Amino acid sequence: MLYREVGQYKSSYAADMAVFPILQDRIGIAVILVIAYVVFPLIGNDFLLNTILIPFLIFSLAAIGLNLLTGYTGLLSLGTGAFMGVGAYACLKLTTIFPHVNILIWVLVSGLFSSAVGVLFGLPSLRIKGFYLAVATLAAQFFLEWCFIRIPWLYNYSVSGAIEVPLRTFMGVPMTGPTATSLTRYLAVLTIVVVLTWVASNIVHGRIGRMWMSVRDMDLAAELIGIRLFRTKLLAFAVSSFYCGVAGAMMVFLWYGGAEAEVFAIDQSFLILFMVIIGGLGTLIGSFFGSALIYILPIGLRLIPGNFGVPIRPAAAEQLTFVIVGALIIVFLVVEPNGLARLWQIGKQKLRVWPFPY
Amino acid sequence: MHVLYLIFVDPFMQMVHSPDLLMQTLWDGLVGGVLYALIALGFVLIFKASGVFNFAQGIMVVFAALTLVGLHEHGVPAFVALGLTVLVMLVLAFGVERLMLRPLVNQSEIILFMATFGLTYFLIGFGQLVFGGNPKVMIAQDLYLPSGAIEWKGHFGFVSFQKIDIAAVIIASIMVAVLAVFFQRTRIGRALRAVADSHQAALSVGISLEQIWVIVWFAAGVVALTTGIMWGARSEVSFSLQVIALKALPVLILGGFTSIPGAIVGGLIIGIGEKLGEFYWGPLLGGGIENWLAYVIALGFLIFRPQGLFGEKIIERI
Repeated sequence: MLYREVGQYKSSYAADMAVFPILQDRIGIAVILVIAYVVFPLIGNDFLLNTILIPFLIFSLAAIGLNLLTGYTGLLSLGTGAFMGVGAYACLKLTTIFPHVNILIWVLVSGLFSSAVGVLFGLPSLRIKGFYLAVATLAAQFFLEWCFIRIPWLYNYSVSGAIEVPLRTFMGVPMTGPTATSLTRYLAVLTIVVVLTWVASNIVHGRIGRMWMSVRDMDLAAELIGIRLFRTKLLAFAVSSFYCGVAGAMMVFLWYGGAEAEVFAIDQSFLILFMVIIGGLGTLIGSFFGSALIYILPIGLRLIPGNFGVPIRPAAAEQLTFVIVGALIIVFLVVEPNGLARLWQIGKQKLRVWPFPY
Repeated sequence: MHVLYLIFVDPFMQMVHSPDLLMQTLWDGLVGGVLYALIALGFVLIFKASGVFNFAQGIMVVFAALTLVGLHEHGVPAFVALGLTVLVMLVLAFGVERLMLRPLVNQSEIILFMATFGLTYFLIGFGQLVFGGNPKVMIAQDLYLPSGAIEWKGHFGFVSFQKIDIAAVIIASIMVAVLAVFFQRTRIGRALRAVADSHQAALSVGISLEQIWVIVWFAAGVVALTTGIMWGARSEVSFSLQVIALKALPVLILGGFTSIPGAIVGGLIIGIGEKLGEFYWGPLLGGGIENWLAYVIALGFLIFRPQGLFGEKIIERI
């Protein structure tokens, strides 16, 4: 009823091609941003910010990164965790060597290191396709994981072998390290995620995005119409790894505050891939949906038995969570293989024509 | 210069100087390779017949072994437990076909891949819930599997062969032979090969896809059970075993996703290459290179043969 485009005429091509052509969508985005920037900081406690919102945003960014590669360019990658790790370790080295530069700049710059590594491991993608490529990216995953453990220079020779995040301030306010409040970290993460999502949206709606999608749909045909496959695929690897690297750096510096190499293990790669697929391949909003579902669902499931007084051993609850998550993934895929973003689209379409069925 | 010497000369000198160590390394690699090949075989069976990249093969190995040991712990005699476990794998195959594959028919590969991931999670949770998450000891003695080692002395030193390893190699060979005969000689085997060639053509001559899928998942389950028994007898039955599934992936890309001989040859190459690399070149890099060496070997092959050693030639059309 409220969601109608009736009477909204477009008078220019730019307006017609806009990302949010409908007024209500623009209002909706504005409302979401206001809630994220004003309401959450006001009402949010440490649990909400630290345990739910910050990880949710970070995983969303990583999912967007993988989505650019897998969803938009059709290159299946299982090395996301390692690329995130490259970002985190690069950020640590950069801020150790140049301690006076703003940490947020290093978080973004460390993405570039991740890009470079991503391009290197993306090189085989020209010759290898499909699952063969997926397994090839596993080489990156295991090799980089080994580097994180075996090269002490990367973690500053710390005794525990883990990343220890130093205290860094931004205009006098502690940004990273043990004294940084969850609110500052939340706002930093939110800003980076919003800006990078906006950039990603512009990339995929523009020439580059169309190139990627044509490669995804059929790379041979794309080559025939003059798209240089090599560059396009490597660009996808570069941009995707940049996003993953930034997400990894944020994960360690703005969320965990310290991490071991295990954080970037293969499980992380699969988790992000889950988010992308459950959310919807080739949609940015799906990355957010997928991240919300996959990250928050287990937390919710763990809370349920306690809150309803069901007597269950903690170990059994953990195992039951595995069973339920596994079953739900299959159910989701059966019900809607195109992901949550597709459901969202169907819902909007129904609202648009309501009360008529079509 | 010294580095080049260490990489290109020294390891080979070592091999020549102590052939008994080389023999031992080769044998260990061979046994590891046979077990990788068995897991890869499970993958290939399912991939050929249903186009599903079955990530759950690793957990199926654990689940099968765990069911066997768990049943035995509850007082079921060993061979009855073995039979019951086979039955459980059959039920699993039916369940997977009915609840997962049939509703997802005609979906893209990546969706099916993800679904097997859901299956992995499910089986991890379910297995732990029913049988507990602690590592268990495989009931090798009750199944009349040999233990102990044979030491073989030549004129250059001695090599020790674990009896269980020898048994593993023999049983794996028998199983591959049985599968080969099954595929080549029986009516169902012919139907399986027809489905692997073309789903649509197979359907059009009246082969039931659903039935074939149950059969291949069941066959993969039996292969998983065998692998689980062997691997469990060598170390123990625990959930950390499922990472060996990740070890089998380079075997797959090396041999090609669709080739059974490829899985075996690939398994042996990876198994032996991994052990040799770890033993002779590993110390140069600080050890632990086993984890990625297999992938790098496979990647090297892939650059030259993108479809794997024995995979079908990739033909692309617009």
